[in-house]
Amino acid sequence: MQNLRRHLPWAGVAILGAVSLATVALSRGETISALWVVAAALCVYLIAYRYYSLFIANKVLGLDGSRQTPAWKYNDGLDYVPTNKHVLYGHHFAAIAGAGPLVGPVLAAQMGYLPGLLWILAGVVFAGAVQDFIVLFISTRRDGRSLGDLVKQEMGTIPGLIALFGAFMIMIIILAVLALIVVKALADSPWGLFTVAATIPVALFMGVYLRYIRPGRIGEVSAIGFVLLMAAIFGGQWVSESPTLAPLFTLEPTTLVWLLVGYGFVAASIPVWLLLAPRDYLSTFLKIGTIIALAIGIVIVAPPLKMPALTQFAAGNGPVWAGSLFPFLFITIACGAVSGFHALISSGTTPKLLENETHARYIGYGGMLAESFVAVMALVAASCIEPGVYFAMNSPAAVVGKDAATVAQTLSTWGFVITPEMLTQAAADVGEKTILARAGGAPTLAVGMAEILHQVVGGKAMMAFWYHFAILFEALFILTAVDAGTRAGRFMLQDLLGSFVPSMKRTESWVANLVATGLCVATWGYFLYQGVVDPLGGINTLWPLFGIGNQMLAAVALMLGTVVLFKMKKDRYAWVTMVPAAWLLVCTMTAGWLKIFSADPKLGFLAHADKYAAAIAEGKVLAPAKTLDAMSRVVFNDRLDAALCVLFMGVVISVLVYSVKAIRVARGTARVTAQETAFVQLPAGQRA
Amino acid sequence: MPDRVDLRGDLARAGRYLAQGLRLMVGVPDYGTYLAHHQATHPERAPMSYEEFFNERQAARYASRAGKCC
Repeated sequence: MQNLRRHLPWAGVAILGAVSLATVALSRGETISALWVVAAALCVYLIAYRYYSLFIANKVLGLDGSRQTPAWKYNDGLDYVPTNKHVLYGHHFAAIAGAGPLVGPVLAAQMGYLPGLLWILAGVVFAGAVQDFIVLFISTRRDGRSLGDLVKQEMGTIPGLIALFGAFMIMIIILAVLALIVVKALADSPWGLFTVAATIPVALFMGVYLRYIRPGRIGEVSAIGFVLLMAAIFGGQWVSESPTLAPLFTLEPTTLVWLLVGYGFVAASIPVWLLLAPRDYLSTFLKIGTIIALAIGIVIVAPPLKMPALTQFAAGNGPVWAGSLFPFLFITIACGAVSGFHALISSGTTPKLLENETHARYIGYGGMLAESFVAVMALVAASCIEPGVYFAMNSPAAVVGKDAATVAQTLSTWGFVITPEMLTQAAADVGEKTILARAGGAPTLAVGMAEILHQVVGGKAMMAFWYHFAILFEALFILTAVDAGTRAGRFMLQDLLGSFVPSMKRTESWVANLVATGLCVATWGYFLYQGVVDPLGGINTLWPLFGIGNQMLAAVALMLGTVVLFKMKKDRYAWVTMVPAAWLLVCTMTAGWLKIFSADPKLGFLAHADKYAAAIAEGKVLAPAKTLDAMSRVVFNDRLDAALCVLFMGVVISVLVYSVKAIRVARGTARVTAQETAFVQLPAGQRA
Repeated sequence: MPDRVDLRGDLARAGRYLAQGLRLMVGVPDYGTYLAHHQATHPERAPMSYEEFFNERQAARYASRAGKCC
């Protein structure tokens, strides 16, 4: 009886969730309120957390509250500190939530909001949160070691190196795609560009202030920085209206690429306290604040979802990205459903701060649920703007046309009610000259956020402010990720090159640092440039590569989890990681195969290369290439992208082979073979 | 009125945790915890001042190889 009563409130949550999901899924023809989506998501999270994560914690992993964690064992007050679980939750969430959950769902909205929503919810419950949780657990039981070390330890040196190399390539693609998003948002936008450029002097000032004027006063300097940022937004408006200054800040996408590459090189070479750290503070606090503001905004405004639950593009052939729902939806939304990159965080700083092993459930599983909710909000924001505006912003000019009249005409033939006036008005509302062909997620999300937030604060007059606020918020933490990523990539590269040229390893050597930084920047800069000049918009090429890479890293992490479960002699529960790993393998291998070999030039890299190569043979020039030289570059880049795809697939297949081997050995042994650090009882004074 | 006193204590604790959480988000752990730990384990050595502690943590945050998430 008491047992039943304990579950009664949860039955209520389950019913509310089922009703909400049914409303979201079954409404046809009429628009529904975004609150149904929010309610459905929250109920799913609550039920999954209460039951599934508890099952994993108790039955599958057997979390032990009496076991000493690395934070106690190596406690130094610096890297290893037993930390209150709510404080650590905030740290972990801030580390995992980036641009990924904001961009993927926006791109996926071309199929309607329903497919994306269902994948975000199912993905996070059964794959994403499980991965973050289990990697955190594995790392905590092994002195807080990193993913590469864990794979090495449990599967062998070679798969460890392969996994690390895969992680490095994925990072290069992430940097390129993030930078591409910034370029798409700031090209031909003097307001946006001025505002974002102004963050550099603001950050430099903050850096000097924190170092010399008032050392270490983070709160104070962040408040000053925030005020300066708001001033920069208003300054941007003034610049965009000035006839002399506006042209200076109206730049071509290719010019922006060179500026970003130069910026990345300088930012990753100067001391961290000067630029990277202060901007990191601003972007972290702004990110958390904006996410909370957006959540409150959605609840207050309860915007109707104007995007249909399913569009005709769910069948494939959408203008934003090519490909059918399976497998491409599942790689388009990576972060928010499942993200391999989190495995690096869950085996990074978080396990060194975990106060008690039982907290891994709240921080690992629960932290990922929060990121998933960010993805749901991004989906809501993209779905509450007029579908015609959404497709005008996200379709490449090569598909829908270059000016408002042609775009409106094309979209009308697709069945979206939109006039050229509506498009120019939508641009004017957010203080821009044009919003056409701004694929990449950030501008669309900014329009959606402006749509929601202006109804809470400021009314129509503030819409342009909110749009540029949203652009600033995204560009700020993308730029932080770009230079932090370049630094991390530089270290990886120095390690790698150091095996051949020992002098490259010396991180105190200026020459070695500059060479490695230059190489790193050149690599992502190359992919960025290629994306910007891509006729189909770049996102169409780079985002699937990022998605495939990221999901493959997730598959690697889940395969590691499976190996560890078998080694722990938990064979009967191994499906917990095996099923999501298998699903990710099926999706990414199919997607990778199609991206390489599909006969459709919009989808397959090789088919696209062949189309251009055939034209070169006939001496014809295909738009947007203007010369035969440019044509050859397109062909080369297509083949390079195909090779990269092959590489990712090779990484994941080899890890799969090593996993199967390790599992067979584990099953052939009667005893536990997992290589955990020895159990040490947590002394009474160290209990949380 | 013990209830009210508790409430105030809880609020103060929540505020402290919030400040700690915000600092840890940007990679700076609690200085008080560090001091207490240092006092308990190395009482013979002088601990870092807050400024030194801050600079040390700032440099350590970006020296890692993991990078940031997407």
